[in-house]
Amino acid sequence: MQKIHIKINQIPMEVEKGTSVLVAAKKAGIHIPTLCAHPDLTPWGACGLCVVKVEGMPKLPRACVTEVSEGASYITHDPELNKIRRTIVEMILSNHPNECLTCGRSGSCELQTLAANFSIREVPFESNVTEHPKDESTLSIVLDPRKCIKCGRCVLVCQQLQDVWALEFIGRGDHTEMMPAAGALLSESPCIKCGQCSAHCPVGAIYERDDTKKLLDAILDPELHVAVQIAPAVRVAIGEAFGLEPGTITTGKIYAALRRIGVDAIFDTNFSADLTIMEEGTEFVDRLTKGGVLPLITSCCPSWVDYMEKYCADMIPNFSTAKSPMMMQGALTKTYYADKKEIPKEKIFSAAIMPCTSKKFEIVRHKDMYASGQQDVDVVLTTRELARLIKQSGIDFLSLPDEGADSPIGAYTGAGTIFGATGGVMEAALRTGYFLVTGSEYEKITFEEVRGMDGIRTASIHIDGKELRVAIAHGVANVRDLLNEIRQARDEGKEPPYHFVEVMACRGGCIAGGGQPYNTTDEVRNARIAGMYADDQQSEIRCSHKNPFIEEIYKEFLETPGSGKAHELLHTHYQHRPLYTK
Amino acid sequence: MDTQQELRLSDDLLAFIDIWKEKRGNLIMILHRIQQDFGYVPKKIAIELSRYIDVPLAKIYGVLTFYHYFKQEKPGRNTLAVCTGTACYLKGAQDLLHEVENLLGAGVKQTTEDGEFSVEAVRCIGCCGLSPVMTINDEVFGVLKTDELAGIISKFHSKSSGQQ
Repeated sequence: MQKIHIKINQIPMEVEKGTSVLVAAKKAGIHIPTLCAHPDLTPWGACGLCVVKVEGMPKLPRACVTEVSEGASYITHDPELNKIRRTIVEMILSNHPNECLTCGRSGSCELQTLAANFSIREVPFESNVTEHPKDESTLSIVLDPRKCIKCGRCVLVCQQLQDVWALEFIGRGDHTEMMPAAGALLSESPCIKCGQCSAHCPVGAIYERDDTKKLLDAILDPELHVAVQIAPAVRVAIGEAFGLEPGTITTGKIYAALRRIGVDAIFDTNFSADLTIMEEGTEFVDRLTKGGVLPLITSCCPSWVDYMEKYCADMIPNFSTAKSPMMMQGALTKTYYADKKEIPKEKIFSAAIMPCTSKKFEIVRHKDMYASGQQDVDVVLTTRELARLIKQSGIDFLSLPDEGADSPIGAYTGAGTIFGATGGVMEAALRTGYFLVTGSEYEKITFEEVRGMDGIRTASIHIDGKELRVAIAHGVANVRDLLNEIRQARDEGKEPPYHFVEVMACRGGCIAGGGQPYNTTDEVRNARIAGMYADDQQSEIRCSHKNPFIEEIYKEFLETPGSGKAHELLHTHYQHRPLYTK
Repeated sequence: MDTQQELRLSDDLLAFIDIWKEKRGNLIMILHRIQQDFGYVPKKIAIELSRYIDVPLAKIYGVLTFYHYFKQEKPGRNTLAVCTGTACYLKGAQDLLHEVENLLGAGVKQTTEDGEFSVEAVRCIGCCGLSPVMTINDEVFGVLKTDELAGIISKFHSKSSGQQ
């Protein structure tokens, strides 16, 4: 790679050709403010905050879209640039409602932070906030166009990272709005509820629907027995809300916090991740040995399921019928656990803490989500909501002791925990798949070849003399090519290119879900993934089929993986859905 | 008028789309042609186009809403345009627009419920000497007073004997 020699604020440095001034400055430890540029997205210079000076040039180029050039000397900060940036912030504020106190992003808002840093005490421009109704049509996210600063991150993430195209720049200039086409509401659009728009929005224009009150109301109701499950990815991210480094494992503290908030029983979605492996693994081995439809494609991710039902319904036969771990856990909470505890299922309130906004919609996506006879999961809170709940409950999270989950559906293996990372479901399935096929244990536990952050990863693994071809994709935009490869083989009557495919809608997997703490970049993703694998490594048992409580639940309740009872409670159906419903 | 049957991509239109399908900048050309045929770009056609050329509907609407030229609503049988250029503005274009709205119940960028008139405010049409000016379709009405509007408009109404 060609090296370019530049100066930033008189400090000489060498960077790779093609680097933007913004990235070069970051390397030099200099923070240039931005409201539109984001490391996940192609910069397009919308907000104008990152203007810099170049020696010998009269114009002020935007650092995010300006490549470094040989010999150039850049000034990123001086009193004049500060003044210019201040004016830009003031102009944005003149189009922005003054509602910080009741805003979903108060305290984490990038615009609020800039206003504070620039000591803005009053806005010298006339306020011009356009009135637009909120779009509250989905159960997952709320779109409040009044607060939109038109940075375009949501549109770019929806189109570039997710290939969903629910959001677009509608209109022009001042009147541009980020919204679905043809006047559709989000719920009537192709939106898959992944919430990546809410995770990337710099302000409070798109945010997760807050359901914390529902959980508190249930806890307050003396009639209700409140059982909560927490997803794998929550444990390596929630610490960030309390000042811990991304990837710090806080499982025991989350359990303890939930007990102090007043929850009656604490379970772990990782338990039913192990169960998913038993069900999905059995389904896979069945298809492999009896000539079923291959590749089998994972179905744990509700945004991916929604995408597939809308955009590639021809692949429905390839989808695993196994429900997501959360829905399995919910069904078991209101059946197996209810029976064991002798609590009527209608007296159980089942809540789930998830890294994901889509999970809020999944709990009602199909009638199969009422397998217990009740709604199997009553409410979903995202990691961000739980963090707020812990803070409002006056709990000093960091000083909590590490507590354990409750029995019998709370214990998990290392295989269950890595479900939160891209490649994790695949690795967990391979660990148990080997056993299901051969009846013996694989000599090593880990499958390093399926790990990593490449958008599409493929691997070939030999089990019992047979070659097993697997593929992993994350970030929906990466899926299209993979599916086309599979379709082509199918249509030409050829051997499928893969036997097993894992897809997670969000880049990096659930660890970077739409409901996780803000400011997620690849650096943060990698740290959280490392946390997941560390949790796995420190687990005594690392294969799902060896979880003693999994063995017990089959013995006592579910009979065998794939049994009639298992199908009734733990499996689901899919249907073609139109992209636009109006 | 517009039955379900009319609202589909005709063979002619499909042949036109096929010529442009693989070319850069095709969307604008295709949308122009659709508007030429229908007078606007109906939602149903946009959805059909999205499937046919495998371009997300969002992208089509991004283009459609960016350019003022494209219409998403079916325009009226007649287009009534009041000039709001500087001269006409000073000579009372706003009064004309208010009276038009009073008479038709449709303001700027709106179409009357009976589909007879679309109302537009346009920039200078180049006959400032006649200000204030209004056009209906290709006919120009100059040095206009608000009390003349009712008579002129009624001539263009399909129920009136004066026109068509």
